[in-house]
Amino acid sequence: MLKGLAIPTIEVVPARAQMGSSLGFHIILACMGIAFPTIVMIVHYRGLHRHDETALLLARRWSRVMAVLVAVGAVSGTVLSFDMGLLWPGLMGRYGSVIGIPFSFEGIFFLLEAVFTAIYLYGWDRLPPWAHFWTLVPIAISGIFGAWSVVAANSWMNDPSGFTLTHGKITSVDPVAVFFNGATYYEVPHMILAAYMVAGGLTATPYAVGLLRRHQDRYTRLGFLVPFATAAVATPFQIGVGDTAARAIASQQPVKFASMEYVATTSRNVTEWIAGVWYHGHVVAGIPIPDLDSILVGFSPHTLVTGWDTVPVALRPPFPTMIHLAFDLMVGIGTLMLLWGLWLAWSWWRHRDLPGGRLGQVFLVGGALSGVASVVALEAGWVVTEVGRQPWTVYHLLLTSQAATPASGVIGTLAATLVIYGVLTIATFAILIVMQRRWQAQAGEPEAEIPHELHAGLNALRPGALRRAGRPGVRR
Amino acid sequence: MIANTVAAVLVVVLIAYAALAGADFGGGIWDGLAGSTQRGAAPRRRIDESVGPVWESNHVWLIIALVVLWTGFPMAFADVFTTLFVPLSVAALGIVLRGSGFAFRSQLRSLRWQAITGGVFALSSLLTPFFLGTVIGAIVTGRVRGARGDPVTSWVNPTSLLTGALFVVFSAYLAAVYLAVDSERAGEHQLRAYFTRRAIAAGGCSGVLAGITLAVLHTSAPRVFTNLTTGRALPLVVVSVLAGAAVLILLVLDKVRLARPLAALAVAAVAAGWAIAQYPYLLPPGLTIAASAAPTGTEATELVVVFIIVVLVAPAFVLLFRLAQGGHLRDSEAALAGTAPQTYPAARRAARSGTPRQAGGSGGAAASADAKRSASTATFPHPRLVNILLAAAIAIRVIQRLRGRAGRPSG
Repeated sequence: MLKGLAIPTIEVVPARAQMGSSLGFHIILACMGIAFPTIVMIVHYRGLHRHDETALLLARRWSRVMAVLVAVGAVSGTVLSFDMGLLWPGLMGRYGSVIGIPFSFEGIFFLLEAVFTAIYLYGWDRLPPWAHFWTLVPIAISGIFGAWSVVAANSWMNDPSGFTLTHGKITSVDPVAVFFNGATYYEVPHMILAAYMVAGGLTATPYAVGLLRRHQDRYTRLGFLVPFATAAVATPFQIGVGDTAARAIASQQPVKFASMEYVATTSRNVTEWIAGVWYHGHVVAGIPIPDLDSILVGFSPHTLVTGWDTVPVALRPPFPTMIHLAFDLMVGIGTLMLLWGLWLAWSWWRHRDLPGGRLGQVFLVGGALSGVASVVALEAGWVVTEVGRQPWTVYHLLLTSQAATPASGVIGTLAATLVIYGVLTIATFAILIVMQRRWQAQAGEPEAEIPHELHAGLNALRPGALRRAGRPGVRR
Repeated sequence: MIANTVAAVLVVVLIAYAALAGADFGGGIWDGLAGSTQRGAAPRRRIDESVGPVWESNHVWLIIALVVLWTGFPMAFADVFTTLFVPLSVAALGIVLRGSGFAFRSQLRSLRWQAITGGVFALSSLLTPFFLGTVIGAIVTGRVRGARGDPVTSWVNPTSLLTGALFVVFSAYLAAVYLAVDSERAGEHQLRAYFTRRAIAAGGCSGVLAGITLAVLHTSAPRVFTNLTTGRALPLVVVSVLAGAAVLILLVLDKVRLARPLAALAVAAVAAGWAIAQYPYLLPPGLTIAASAAPTGTEATELVVVFIIVVLVAPAFVLLFRLAQGGHLRDSEAALAGTAPQTYPAARRAARSGTPRQAGGSGGAAASADAKRSASTATFPHPRLVNILLAAAIAIRVIQRLRGRAGRPSG
């Protein structure tokens, strides 16, 4: 048995499954880590600047949510660091000196983020109010730059540059060229904007549900509006960046692009397929739009688009259907979020209010789904970029089978990862729900032992407070 | 040489992790040993307050260490993670459970769920340093050989297991010292005595276990043993022993504040001594720092990153620790069972004004809480007496151990 363990075997599939599940779990928390502090900052600023107790109460409660999510995010991020060595020693041994550079910078921002998050979370009622508020600024900034660093490492795998290979060994490294590789300029903004959309959508969700249940108070409205508007502002930029990204991928990783768009053979006047399944060389149940794919790639129907027939079967990504559908799902959700954002903007411009009436209910249902939808889009996007790069780990340089560990325990750690992350997901949701129930109970009986400052905020929640306090954002 | 500088940085980061995050793991260990919900309420609240604001920041040093290792010495990183797949996987899962267990507990109000999440926190606080210790043991004894290393015996061997145990008692030791200091700052004299006793016990165990581990290295890692006992690393061993002894004396004399930096120094000196004894090998017996080093451009980048950390992050850490120790950081809705947030400012006032009894006279609900506190302190056996007895017991045990060992061949 022990001897059997020592024989190196390649177990790429469990390793990829473990990396995929660890990353898929962590990325949601990472989004909250990147963008949630900004959303908290908006309500906290409003609370202090306008002496708005409702906004302050939201900030206070959201900071408790932040405490849970940041903790789980920090430890699940650490698992990814371990996974780099546990699952991909072939990648790290060969290219660690290159891919490690952006990760090193991430370390700086992670430290700053952790320190100031602790000061913010534990500084309520202890630090001077404005000094306390300002601790959010380094958190938000380091979230953005930390994301930049990590995504730069990922984009380097898509477009490796900045090093010299001599006889298969790295002999010199140009850190600047590594960090600012050819795929960073679209991957980094794509991810950061996605983080704002996910954090906005997830934060708005419970308040959208509250509004649907006719909790038309100021607290619920503000809790919905601030995060949803944040996501809505990010969306149009995201669609622009995504469009640029697709064109860049068509030139940098044409085979990935071919899988995204079902381009089997290199040709002009390529059809764009919406949905559809790749089955025996044909697209089944898809909606064809003639020439559109060529137009999207090169602004002309005559643009030549590279197909996956340019590389041998072994070097094509698996499951083009999965990649294509994931891509369409992401684009579809992004488009819906754009429509919902425009809807809100229109309604706010005309009525200074959320969309009302029966259509308003439809709007709120969309708002309530925006959290789940944005997470689905996020995961789909990662499926596109990661599965689409296969069988390469470092594009055109290192195959995933060469990167994977020879250790034979991956099945076991995969099982443990799935169980623990499953429990952790349930526990995180359960805790957030418990916290929400507690807050609702507090709102019901504000005479219970609640600190003095909360009291004023809670008064705003009572029926009738809405009329007294006026509606959010109304300045006349 | 630049690779040596990066290796030195790596050691410093590991020491920072051991001295800071080690104590957080130790907090979890004491949390688990604190007894029933009622009996353990006060120490658990102290642990929660002390560990809560700092553990995430302390934890990040591990990530920095991993990144510096894989960037600066990629082959060594790949070899360690390939041979030691099992203990490192357990440590990673332990890290997840420790952090989430702790974070969840402080948001929960139900006693039963606090006990469950607290149990997860405590158990994973015990397992994680143990398995990280076995990794160091495997490296010291030259058992890390990438895919050729044995996936089991590389870390299941006397040196690795002892190193794992050593990490656990070091963590518990540091935690008890730090918690004793925090208790004193908060004016919680009973808790200070509680943690001082535990610090003495853990300190004694640390010394004994460190001695045994050193003896075992005689056969399992002769080169490191020679350097530690007679060679260039000897001064650090001496520093560690002196600092450790000084801490014990200070604790017995009930002077806890000076003990904190000295306890950290004792642990740091062990880590630095190990690194110097192992130099120039990163992974004995064959892989040197120079042979596994990344190209110069990468190593220079690592130094730039470290410079930025020193300039930007170090002041932030100082701010965090000053705020935390000054009582400026605290959960605004304290959660743990048996917590009475109102008494805390009163206790701090009491600590400032000297005797708790006088402060207790200042009136109100806080006064009665203070009166209770000082009354229970008064009935408690005098802490110094208990400490002296405990130190004597430990000393006797150490002598017995050493006598017992003298008969057998080392190892």
